[in-house]
Amino acid sequence: MNPQLSQDGRLRHLLTLDGLPRAIITQILDTAESFMDVGEREVKKVPLLRGKSIFNLVFEPSTRTRTTFEIAAKRLAADVVNLNIATSSQTKGEAILDTVDNLSAMHADMFVVRHAQSGAAHFIAQHVAPHISVVNAGDGRHAHPTQGLLDMFTIRRFKGEFHNLTVAIVGDVLHSRVARSQIHALTTLGVPEVRVIGPKTLLPTGVEQMGVRVFHDMEAGLAGCDVVIMLRLQNERMKGARLPSSQEYFKFFGLTPEKLALARPDAIVMHPGPMNRGVEIASEVADGPQSVILPQVTYGIAVRMAVMAMLAGTGNA
Amino acid sequence: MPSPPNSYCKGFLMHASLPDANTLIVQLADVIAPALTPDTLIVGIHTGGVWVAERLHALLQCSQPLGTLDISFYRDDFSRIGLHPQVKPSNLPFDLEDRAILLVDDVLHSGRTVRAAMNELFDYDRPASIRLAVLVDRGGHELPIRPDFAALSITVPDHRNINLSRLDDGHLTLTLA
Repeated sequence: MNPQLSQDGRLRHLLTLDGLPRAIITQILDTAESFMDVGEREVKKVPLLRGKSIFNLVFEPSTRTRTTFEIAAKRLAADVVNLNIATSSQTKGEAILDTVDNLSAMHADMFVVRHAQSGAAHFIAQHVAPHISVVNAGDGRHAHPTQGLLDMFTIRRFKGEFHNLTVAIVGDVLHSRVARSQIHALTTLGVPEVRVIGPKTLLPTGVEQMGVRVFHDMEAGLAGCDVVIMLRLQNERMKGARLPSSQEYFKFFGLTPEKLALARPDAIVMHPGPMNRGVEIASEVADGPQSVILPQVTYGIAVRMAVMAMLAGTGNA
Repeated sequence: MPSPPNSYCKGFLMHASLPDANTLIVQLADVIAPALTPDTLIVGIHTGGVWVAERLHALLQCSQPLGTLDISFYRDDFSRIGLHPQVKPSNLPFDLEDRAILLVDDVLHSGRTVRAAMNELFDYDRPASIRLAVLVDRGGHELPIRPDFAALSITVPDHRNINLSRLDDGHLTLTLA
């Protein structure tokens, strides 16, 4: 049984997009559409989660994700508590569960969990009482489901459909939980061609088994694409032997106007942020007419509202 | 004793045959017309209320755009039954501040939907007034909410439902389930 779903098939936790039914993903996107205008009203709130307490458990630094989760929860009229929990390599599972137990004793209704360890949100979800929901806001290299969902929302807003698209994900797929969530969502929603583009050292072995086409050459990979998703190159990766230098990386895999011109003329450019300008993306592209990077951020609020509303409405929160 | 709403038909429902919904809408428009000011904004509640509001908007030759509300985010039974699986966006393409609103729904039962709709309207702005028009007032009110205009007032046992449905050709039908 899918641990994310209740017995009657409703969303119980959101931990990963891997195995999440297409109908649920579509319902989240549709619900998010309805939340889009709440931010433009005189009163930028709806009373759905009034009286609920949502705890943002930030074990790993985060600005954008934490902030948009907080805004989303507040627009649903929930009470939000942000906890920045400093972690060290010594942190044991027991310590996390102690934290969770203490917050549960304060009548938490939902935990939003960001953690550097893959599987942290699953671990917490298995432990909490039945009336508490858990949202994975990024765990290690594993998954970042709300980012994947807001990317799907962005694609649907600009492209309308999924069944006729070619989508390229470019860069450090190996270390990217965002890329994993995107690939699961894109294939579930029926995108016929998902490509990953990057140097061999930054693509996971066997990535083809996720249903993607692999390219090591930007020019070939970008040809005919409707959507180009750039991934952040994490600077710490440079220290290993995976890449010679950021300049070298930009030369081969940085998105410049010249390379973007190989995609379809109406292609959109996405990036989950934070961007390294001049490393994976040129400023002319990031700020250019095909960029939808800032709309992604705005849409993230509506998508997170949809997820939290659906979770709280499972009938037990 | 409060004065009864403007209504064409009254009675106790004894059997499953209900008047033709399309005829009722014309009668409802006739009742509303004398009371409608040119600046009144018509707002329908999803889903059946929007169908009725669309017809009224045309019959009354209203010059203002039509508004629609989905009250799913304002329901008082959310924590018990959860979010409706098919929420539609609310669309109010006008400024509500100090405007007269005619709120339209298909069937008035408990009054909870209307309460939720009023709460939502006030989150957009502060209207000057809100009046309620329904196709059928079926009784069973649980809140101090009564229609200003109703085409049909009947008493239906609590365990039964009156539903408005729409065929592909736009024809509306009331059924008792």
